[in-house]
Amino acid sequence: MKIGIPKEVFSLEKRVAATPEVVKDLIKLGFEVSVESNAGNLASFTDNLYEESGASIKDTARLWSESDIILKVRAPSEKEVGLLDSSKTLISFLWPAQNKELLEKLSQTGATILAMDSVPRISRAQKMDALSSMANIAGYRAVVEASQHFGRFFTGQITAAGKIPPAKVLVIGAGVAGLAAIGAAKSMGAIVRAFDTRPEVKEQVESMDAEFLMLDFDEDGSGEGGYAKVMSDEFIKAEMELFAEQAKDVDIIITTALIPGKPAPKLITKEMITSMRRGSVIVDLAAEQGGNSELTQANEVVDHEGVTIIGYTDLPSRLAAQASQLYGTNLRHILTDMCPEKDGNIIVDMEDEAIRGATVIHKGSITWPPPAPKLSAAPKPQADHKDTSAPMQQKKEESKTFGNVAAAVIASVALLWMGSVAPTSFMEHFTVFVLACFIGYMVIWNVTPALHTPLMSVTNAISSIIIIGAVLQISSDQPIITWIAVATVLITSINIAGGFAVTRRMLNMFQK
Amino acid sequence: MSNLVSAGVANVAYLGAIALFILALGGLSHPESSRRGNLYGITGMSIALIVSILSAVTNNMELLLGALVIGGGIGLYLAKKVQMTEMPELVAILHSLVGLAACFVGFANFFDIAVWDRYVGVEKVIHDVETYIGIFIGAVTFSGSIIAFGKLSGRLSGKPLMLPLRHWLNLALVILVFYFGYEFATAPTQELAIQPMYVMTAIALFLGIHMVMAIGGADMPVVVSMLNSYSGWAASATGFMLGNDLLIVTGALVGSSGAILSYIMCKAMNRKFLSVIAGGFGTAGGSSSSSSEDQGEVTPIDVIETANLLKNVKNVVIVPGYGMAVAQAQHTVYEITKVLRSKGVNVRFAIHPVAGRMPGHMNVLLAEAKVPYDIVLEMDEINEDFPEVDVSIIIGANDIVNPSAQDEPDSPIAGMPVLEVWKGETTIVLKRSMASGYAGVQNPLFFKENTQMLFGDAKESLDEVLKNL
Repeated sequence: MKIGIPKEVFSLEKRVAATPEVVKDLIKLGFEVSVESNAGNLASFTDNLYEESGASIKDTARLWSESDIILKVRAPSEKEVGLLDSSKTLISFLWPAQNKELLEKLSQTGATILAMDSVPRISRAQKMDALSSMANIAGYRAVVEASQHFGRFFTGQITAAGKIPPAKVLVIGAGVAGLAAIGAAKSMGAIVRAFDTRPEVKEQVESMDAEFLMLDFDEDGSGEGGYAKVMSDEFIKAEMELFAEQAKDVDIIITTALIPGKPAPKLITKEMITSMRRGSVIVDLAAEQGGNSELTQANEVVDHEGVTIIGYTDLPSRLAAQASQLYGTNLRHILTDMCPEKDGNIIVDMEDEAIRGATVIHKGSITWPPPAPKLSAAPKPQADHKDTSAPMQQKKEESKTFGNVAAAVIASVALLWMGSVAPTSFMEHFTVFVLACFIGYMVIWNVTPALHTPLMSVTNAISSIIIIGAVLQISSDQPIITWIAVATVLITSINIAGGFAVTRRMLNMFQK
Repeated sequence: MSNLVSAGVANVAYLGAIALFILALGGLSHPESSRRGNLYGITGMSIALIVSILSAVTNNMELLLGALVIGGGIGLYLAKKVQMTEMPELVAILHSLVGLAACFVGFANFFDIAVWDRYVGVEKVIHDVETYIGIFIGAVTFSGSIIAFGKLSGRLSGKPLMLPLRHWLNLALVILVFYFGYEFATAPTQELAIQPMYVMTAIALFLGIHMVMAIGGADMPVVVSMLNSYSGWAASATGFMLGNDLLIVTGALVGSSGAILSYIMCKAMNRKFLSVIAGGFGTAGGSSSSSSEDQGEVTPIDVIETANLLKNVKNVVIVPGYGMAVAQAQHTVYEITKVLRSKGVNVRFAIHPVAGRMPGHMNVLLAEAKVPYDIVLEMDEINEDFPEVDVSIIIGANDIVNPSAQDEPDSPIAGMPVLEVWKGETTIVLKRSMASGYAGVQNPLFFKENTQMLFGDAKESLDEVLKNL
């Protein structure tokens, strides 16, 4: 099948749906790939590079008419919708929840549409999760934008010209973008704090060496599919108090709070912004959905009493080459899954949870929204699973106890019988033997596993005490016994010397 | 009597030796006291040997000393020359010597006319049984250890040998051993007892061979510790035969130590001791239907990506397996560890109890590479930390990190405790190829989204990673 990669028509959009590297991979899957002329220019990929990778360069009209599969970044424009027909498949971002009208129009073309933003958040589909890869870039870029507008260093230094305090960064919302922002700010040397309504992300935040701000409040904000949900009023009140307090202290606030299908929650009020130090910066990653701060204006940089509020909605596009590469790779993964034979033909498998989730229109009929994903990112408590296995275990335990008792009874009877027939000298030796077994058990039981090998080599050397037997026999008058004893002494002394020496060698290697 | 030491003094010295052996084993329980423990062992052995020589040897002293010096020399040479990766082989071959010695002492005792006349009635029967058992255990230990040595050193195939009706064969042989034991103990003259003894020895040698041949490579830790245990019991049986408490006690100590090790190894594989000894992993029913299924695609990674990944993380866990020993990669592993630790990365090692071919195999290799033992952790210590781990590096291990032990109740390794590496952020698996592990079970870990495969020889790959760090 033929894949077409058109130039993005949305203003400000610099990304392209496939880089030359991705094109090579697609050709390996058996597809023919064509690219619209100048499609990758803004992401620094020239037509020449695409041609070298094996793609053909076409103009807009030919590209759309001759391709079976269209790969795009942004949702199609009205004009582009007109170019689709029932033989075509389109894969791009779509936001079906926000763009019901567009969805309607697309369905009328009879085409099959996969929305990259609707790929379910299950672990198997992570490789196609373009939202995460874009969010990662946005988080990084947010810090870069902040540093551009922030008049000081991020890292603290003590120089001959005086002491520089480190910048304090607050990240609200520790999703993929938030974590990327934490990582970037941290690696530039800032003090980073983070807040999220989902307690499960605390560990992730702390793993990045940032401080997780806790609310003294018991409410779990984890919604379906690992996203956040709307919180109660009391919670929001407590949360706002925390932000008001933090606003006075921090230099940079990066907000990434989003709830799926809802306008972004307003977390940073005008008062809070006024209370911030002059020169502080707010980067609002939720600007497209209305912004987390009251003063955010989408695609604008606003100055409010010396505090800069950045509302760019095209942060991934500002790292066009990187974003195109990651997005293209996500697309390549989804196509790999749809093309199991690697013969350049795709199959829309509605049984496959990942593909099913992404497919919003299948041959002209709307299949969105998909059934809810079954797995949350956080493990659910597995109490019921344990319950079923408990009685079985108990049964096993019982039969085991019975076996033990039976064995003990048989052993006792055997021992009593032996005691009644065996001579005392044997019983004395036997007593010593049993006691020694117990001592061995007590002494060995606590050996650290690290020393198992030295333990074996030393017990091996010690068990060569059998040499005593040969020593007792060697003085015999019968030559055969003498010679057997000599052989025994020879081999056991190999063992004694070798065992102890190799143990010593090993033990000398163990060091703290 | 030309004896230099009286029997009473000898007994006291033996008691001292016993105490020193107990202290030796006790000392071996912790790295700090272990060197002292070894010293106790050497002292105990020296005391026992010198006292018994002084008290019992009346002639042939020169032969004895000659054998001691030659044997000791060979032993020291072996101990000095052996590579740490060859430790399992050395331990196995040393076990075989103990078994052989037990046989020899038993034979010598049997041929001793004085002994034959010393016992009558029940005492004679008991003594004969002791001799018989001593030779039997010794012979099984000897031939079994030789086969174990062959398998560990690669001279014999690691694959389990499955004779038809092998359980019945074993049972028949054991019954024969009992029968000849009866013949042996009731034989009226020494001449008539010789034949049953020889036949039994042959059967015992065959049993040892057959038993170990049926056990595959990855069950070797159990076999080695089991043979360790046998060598102790052989010494103990010899002690009964000679009426010598020193041998009885020492043998019992070693025997129970080996038995405990075997138990620990079996528990680490969630398998019954008997089923390991019976050999043949996963052949009894237990269909592994899921193993044949196509599990999806693996994500390969190259050395440069691996190095870049390692540079940017905080928490790394290295899981070594037998593959690390084969590739002799332990030194490179530690070089990488040093570089990463100097960059502030928290690098730790996770050791599964049955990793490698001998209990504690991995610990010895890491110790040889000078990895400090306090960053080398046991499975139970580290398993709950995996969710916080950024990168786990699996070096030549397979079954011990297989999630199907937990997820698939019908998997042949179901219920075996495993290292839960898949709970970490990313897992890098170093592997030669996609061949499945010893248990013949496909490993779903390799197909997980957060797993990346670094194919190739572990040593070469890691050298390259080190260069790129």
